[in-house]
Amino acid sequence: MDIKAYIALSLILFCTGIVGVLVRRNAIIIFMCIELMLNSVNLLLVAFSKMHAVSAAAKASSTFAADAQIFVFFIMVVAAAEVSVGLAIIVMLYRNTHSIDINFLNRLKN
Amino acid sequence: MSIISILFYFLSFLAVGSAIMMLISKNPIHSILWLIVIFFAISGHYVLMNAQFLAIVNIIVYAGAIMVLFLFVVMLMNLNAETEPVKNHRLQLIGVVSGGLLLLVLLSAVMKTKANLPVQMVVGEEGLIQNLGKTLFTYYVVPFELSSILFLSAMVGAVVISKKD
Repeated sequence: MDIKAYIALSLILFCTGIVGVLVRRNAIIIFMCIELMLNSVNLLLVAFSKMHAVSAAAKASSTFAADAQIFVFFIMVVAAAEVSVGLAIIVMLYRNTHSIDINFLNRLKN
Repeated sequence: MSIISILFYFLSFLAVGSAIMMLISKNPIHSILWLIVIFFAISGHYVLMNAQFLAIVNIIVYAGAIMVLFLFVVMLMNLNAETEPVKNHRLQLIGVVSGGLLLLVLLSAVMKTKANLPVQMVVGEEGLIQNLGKTLFTYYVVPFELSSILFLSAMVGAVVISKKD
């Protein structure tokens, strides 16, 4: 496969995530759309690492192409930490307002 | 059309279709299940590119841990299609149009480039656990240890935030 196919797939998934953030009002669904965007970026990073794996610089050193996949691994680590804190915030929001409508969050300004 | 491109298009259509189904389903639990389908499709892509470690980690961490956390929270709040807040249709239309315009601009900018390098499929050593482990514990050992501190702070933060006071 060519790199353009992977770029197109990642862009479609990323823009689907953006549309989800804009369209939905459920805070959990918005959070899931952010996860979808993170995953599309991960897919693109892995595709680029496999694209560089056939280049001459990658054949010289074996760690060159593995760098991007380590980066994806760290993105997953940060995403896991982010989800635990974010869901705690959503649970606290639900306990205070008995709703997970994202529009209730504008009460923060008063 | 080789078997690899058939698998690529199958997994791509599965991912995009599940993403659209995730957006349009009213019940939050159905959305979560569609997101799990997306994660499995992306793991399939990783297997296709011979990034075996990331494929397994994607299933274990995302489909296993994170989505179970989401399901747990949704079931704890007893959400269903009736309690789903709905935006008014004009705002929804504006959101879809602006997202589609962004997709159009990005796609046209990328597709105009001349360079179209091939991606190495199925073969390749750098995605195996052995190579990734060596790289992780020689060049990236400090970020690895720092991520443990990040996890500790996230754990403490989650407990402090959701504690009833």
